[in-house]
Amino acid sequence: MVRPYAMTRGRTSHAVQHRLDLIAVVVAEPHVDDPEDDHSLSPEHVRIVEMCRDTPQSVAELGAELDLPVGVVRVLVGDLVDEELVHVNRPVPPAELVDESILRDVISGLRAL
Amino acid sequence: MILGRTERGTPPVEPVTLKILVAGGFGVGKTTLVGAVSEIKPLRTEEVLTEAGRPVDDTTGVEGKHTTTVAMDFGRITLREDLVLYLFGTPGQDRFWFLWDELASGALGAVVLADTRRLEDCFAAVDYFERRSIPFVIGVNCFDTAAHYPPETVRQALDLDPDVPVVLCDARRRESVKDVLVAVVQHAMAYTAEHRQTVTT
Repeated sequence: MVRPYAMTRGRTSHAVQHRLDLIAVVVAEPHVDDPEDDHSLSPEHVRIVEMCRDTPQSVAELGAELDLPVGVVRVLVGDLVDEELVHVNRPVPPAELVDESILRDVISGLRAL
Repeated sequence: MILGRTERGTPPVEPVTLKILVAGGFGVGKTTLVGAVSEIKPLRTEEVLTEAGRPVDDTTGVEGKHTTTVAMDFGRITLREDLVLYLFGTPGQDRFWFLWDELASGALGAVVLADTRRLEDCFAAVDYFERRSIPFVIGVNCFDTAAHYPPETVRQALDLDPDVPVVLCDARRRESVKDVLVAVVQHAMAYTAEHRQTVTT
């Protein structure tokens, strides 16, 4: 067992995180090739980049998949944003979903499940 | 890192993400509901202890402990490659209310699951969403052993606004849960449209 915040070297917050939403989507930058070559990164950093390379993942999914508390994921993602290895898409607040067709698509998608 | 492989192919699709909260008292079927329509995963969140937790969380001897770990249910529904809906089961205990604010911000809407044998268990959730103007639907989970009441009776007992949908459901059945979620989205659409109108006029 590793103490979760050991991975963040004790940091519990990150300047760029601004409380990243649980459904903010982390996307690996296309120029990133082999993050494991970057020795400044921890194995968890590398895994996040790899996980987000083929399929962008939400903060919540990364936490569940890596079995890490959301707070730890936020710090690690913040590091990766600083290093320009990933970018983060913040979710659109529903009140700003100008295009109602998205919600109609959600309804038809649910019905088709 | 040095040799960028730009010919890797088309960049991955960056989906639009939405979230719906599933609230209600302890044991009302939140986990069951999330599991009926999505692959469920437990999510850990470590949060700073606030005043709310102080009477309950005894930190005597570990005064340096300022965080507590809360587990909640979370499910993903991939509607389309570029459209993903997440469900979050809100922590049932009152002392984790501080977590709700984070969950609720940006939520499309919520399901408040109710058990007619313990209707009072969902009062807190109803209050919460009403005060924060988050559109919600009451899902009356029809347990086999519980007496069934018509939706209007539940509406009166909960003192709901007339526009809040009350849906009878079975949290174990996928089709039933789909109907509840569709009701949330439809209500959210109507709610947003109405809100826009009141803002512009």
